[in-house]
Amino acid sequence: MAKPDFRLRALALGLGYLFLYGPILVLMVLSFNDSAMMTTWTGFSLRWYHELFSDRALLEAARLSIIIAAATATAAVAVGTWVGYVLARMGRFRGFGLFVGLASAPLVIPEVVLGISLLLMFVELSDLFGWEGSNGAFTIWVGHVILSMAYVTVIIQSRVRDLDRSLEEAALDLGAPPIKVFFQIVLPLIAPALLAAWLLAFTLSLDDVVIASFLTGPGHTTLPLEVFSRVRLGLKPEINALATIFMLLVALFVVIAHHVQNRKGPPK
Amino acid sequence: MKPRLPSPPASWRRMLVIAPPFVWLILFLLVPFLLVLKISFADLQFGVPPYTALAEFSDQALSVVLNLRGYALLFTDSLYVSTYLHSVKMAAVTTLFCILIGYPMAYYIARSEPATRNLLLIGVILPFWTSLLLRVYAWIGILRNDGLLNNLLMGLGLIDQPLEIYRTDLAVYIGLIYAYLPFFILPLYANLVKLDTRLLEAAYDLGAKPWQAFRSVTLPLSMPGVIAGAMLVFIPSVGEFVIPEMLGGADTLMIGRVMWTEFFNNSDWPMAAAVTCVMVMLLLVPLILFQYGQTRHLGMRGGRRNG
Amino acid sequence: MSEIRPGASWSGAADAFVRIEDVVKIYGDVVAVKSVSLSVGRQEIFALLGSSGCGKSTLLRMLAGFEEVTSGRLFLDNEDITTLPPYKRPVNMMFQSYALFPHMTVEDNVAFGLKQEGVPRNEIHSRVYEALDLVQMGAYARRKPSQLSGGQQQRVALARSLVKRPKLLLLDEPMSALDKQIRQKTQIELVKILDKVGVTCIMVTHDQEEAMTMAHRMAVMSEGQIVQCGAPQEVYDFPSSRFVANFVGSTNLFTGHIAVDEADHVQIESEQLNRPLYVNHGVSEPLGMEVHVSIRPERIRVHREQPAGDFNWAHGMVSHMAWMGSYARYLIRLDSGMQVEAAVSRLVMSQNDSPAVGEEVYIDWSGDSATVLTS
Repeated sequence: MAKPDFRLRALALGLGYLFLYGPILVLMVLSFNDSAMMTTWTGFSLRWYHELFSDRALLEAARLSIIIAAATATAAVAVGTWVGYVLARMGRFRGFGLFVGLASAPLVIPEVVLGISLLLMFVELSDLFGWEGSNGAFTIWVGHVILSMAYVTVIIQSRVRDLDRSLEEAALDLGAPPIKVFFQIVLPLIAPALLAAWLLAFTLSLDDVVIASFLTGPGHTTLPLEVFSRVRLGLKPEINALATIFMLLVALFVVIAHHVQNRKGPPK
Repeated sequence: MKPRLPSPPASWRRMLVIAPPFVWLILFLLVPFLLVLKISFADLQFGVPPYTALAEFSDQALSVVLNLRGYALLFTDSLYVSTYLHSVKMAAVTTLFCILIGYPMAYYIARSEPATRNLLLIGVILPFWTSLLLRVYAWIGILRNDGLLNNLLMGLGLIDQPLEIYRTDLAVYIGLIYAYLPFFILPLYANLVKLDTRLLEAAYDLGAKPWQAFRSVTLPLSMPGVIAGAMLVFIPSVGEFVIPEMLGGADTLMIGRVMWTEFFNNSDWPMAAAVTCVMVMLLLVPLILFQYGQTRHLGMRGGRRNG
Repeated sequence: MSEIRPGASWSGAADAFVRIEDVVKIYGDVVAVKSVSLSVGRQEIFALLGSSGCGKSTLLRMLAGFEEVTSGRLFLDNEDITTLPPYKRPVNMMFQSYALFPHMTVEDNVAFGLKQEGVPRNEIHSRVYEALDLVQMGAYARRKPSQLSGGQQQRVALARSLVKRPKLLLLDEPMSALDKQIRQKTQIELVKILDKVGVTCIMVTHDQEEAMTMAHRMAVMSEGQIVQCGAPQEVYDFPSSRFVANFVGSTNLFTGHIAVDEADHVQIESEQLNRPLYVNHGVSEPLGMEVHVSIRPERIRVHREQPAGDFNWAHGMVSHMAWMGSYARYLIRLDSGMQVEAAVSRLVMSQNDSPAVGEEVYIDWSGDSATVLTS
């Protein structure tokens, strides 16, 4: 069998990865630049990291974002897994098209559409129920769950479909009612996918600007909102530091995950 | 083996499993969008909420007022029209480049040895996991007049004057392609990796040259993946806000920014709603294309059966 | 058959421990099972034999509860189980792929069913090990399924389905995942275990040898219906139709009409044979009716000299011969043009100077070798 041309392959992949990683590397390098200017290197320095860690507003926003992200990921996995399971196991039912449409809409719909829709929903709700609470962490959380649910659904649906159905049937045959089959057989077997979905939802929430903008309230600012408002006005070197920390953490995490998965045997 | 279709368990048990998520989806996705539709017909007013109600009941008369101010403006004001067109154009060009860059990448990753393949795939996914906001921010530093790229080119003596890229359409193109490339690669990769290489072997066996085999076997079979990936790039790009806002100029007209301005700067919710509805209508065809692909893909007999 | 099953506990009577009454299964516009009725006796091992798509697996799955019965009823020990969900039926199934839970040890796999019943912990432990000892897998209790061979996984699967002492055990193509080599040995072992436990068993297979080795009775299925039911040897010797004659073993089929119709014998004249066929029992069909006659290859004798008598022989030429190990398979083209298959045992071949390819030969068979078929 003819293997793909080595040179073409190296070219395509090389340029592609250079494109993807170039800006990241630039940021990382510059975060250690003593000068605030992007273009002149005045020396190795950690001052931006110091500035970053003494920036109360940014740290506070980071704290809120992490809490919201963790809550989002957990809720998104819970609901998204249910949706994904229905798609994978319940066959075609009445309204299947609509179900699929709604389940995958957040994947493609521009975020501004989602943002305004959810905000209006909250407004009408507070109108209807006289709920006086203003928007804030709660509403952002709901919005993030709706957004990331769709991604969770894709991952879980795909994993459950690949699961051997006869395992579930065997459990039923041995006397386990469907609920127990789900929790004792399906969930343990899709655990890696659940984790991957959790992390993806976490990331999406942590990075979201648009939905948070629509759904935030006074006194609640998330990390991306804070970063966005600062960089709209130009470059901020402490953001470089933030970016570097962020990316190193993610890279470290992915490497660990990769090793763990490989140790367990061939990846699914 | 005769195809075996899954036979559902008792109806009410099924209902119990399907109904709650269905209701959730309708309540949190369909209903909110219908609200947007409703508000787009409302009129601006001061107060909370900043729009009028559509229906009023007084003197035993129910009057429903559909305010078409917003829509009228959208369809007649040339600025709005050109913004829509410009958005679609930018999304289309972005999609095209994502295909041009992403297809070879996905192809070569899919055809690699399993060990390398995983590594390469992680390479594509890793940027996806790091903050988009921060990565787009990185481009500012690179593309500015006094940024890295210009300094490099001037330092190498290739240009005298800095290239004005930052705050132009070009910067937005670069940002969009950069951000959405993984979105194209991943579904296409998923499709290509499932391609049966024996089909290619059969083609070679019958005398086809590599390029011919690619054109007649790989390319057609990869179409569902290409379309899925293209829609995942095109549709959200049309309404993209963050990237044009950070990298684009004042004259980079994108409908996402317009909607944002109407909503946040002008507090004109009905107008923002109208802009949104027209945006969705514009995207209806690609949306249906995408959903059709999804429904077919997800509706296929799932799970592995034995015997 | 009973020699390989010492102490077989089946009484021989199909006393309707399992009753399948007019069961129909329709998927959309496809009728997978067209009104099947069947009775299986207590402690009987019953086989559903048929090729892919004949409906046997669908029927099995309906017994297990994984498919809804479109119409008809299922009874087990006089209890109507038709609408019971699988987890409430006293039925257990051994899956074709074994379906052992990969994230649990062998011990936990076998204990799973007992845990669902709420059996107390120490009882679970003793029953699990009892079941594992039955299949000789006690030493592997702590292993995970991925660490076992195919045969070992099968035993664990069997232990898992027997530990709950089900009223009915279902086997879905039990040998299909095993190598041909160990199949026979495993079939016999499996039957010994089933007899020892005394469980009623219905199995599904497409392998006729498997059905014949393992089952007390079998039903041949085709296109959603049962075409014949009975003890394996009975079905083999007295097929009720050409389909069954060809499906269970191989056979030679002749077409002719009844020329002589007496109470104790009939003669059939066929264009395919030089001489009439003499069958030494009466048939219910009238004189002149067109019938088919099935003669198994092992009943056909091959000679160089013309046999005596006016019936049950023909002349032809050996067109092909192959050594099949324990017997030789002859293909003989008769004068009429028809090709007949004869199986001559190694023993006979070694005792005589057997004909070779190209030689002219005569074939003959005894009066009780043929079966008359009307369908």
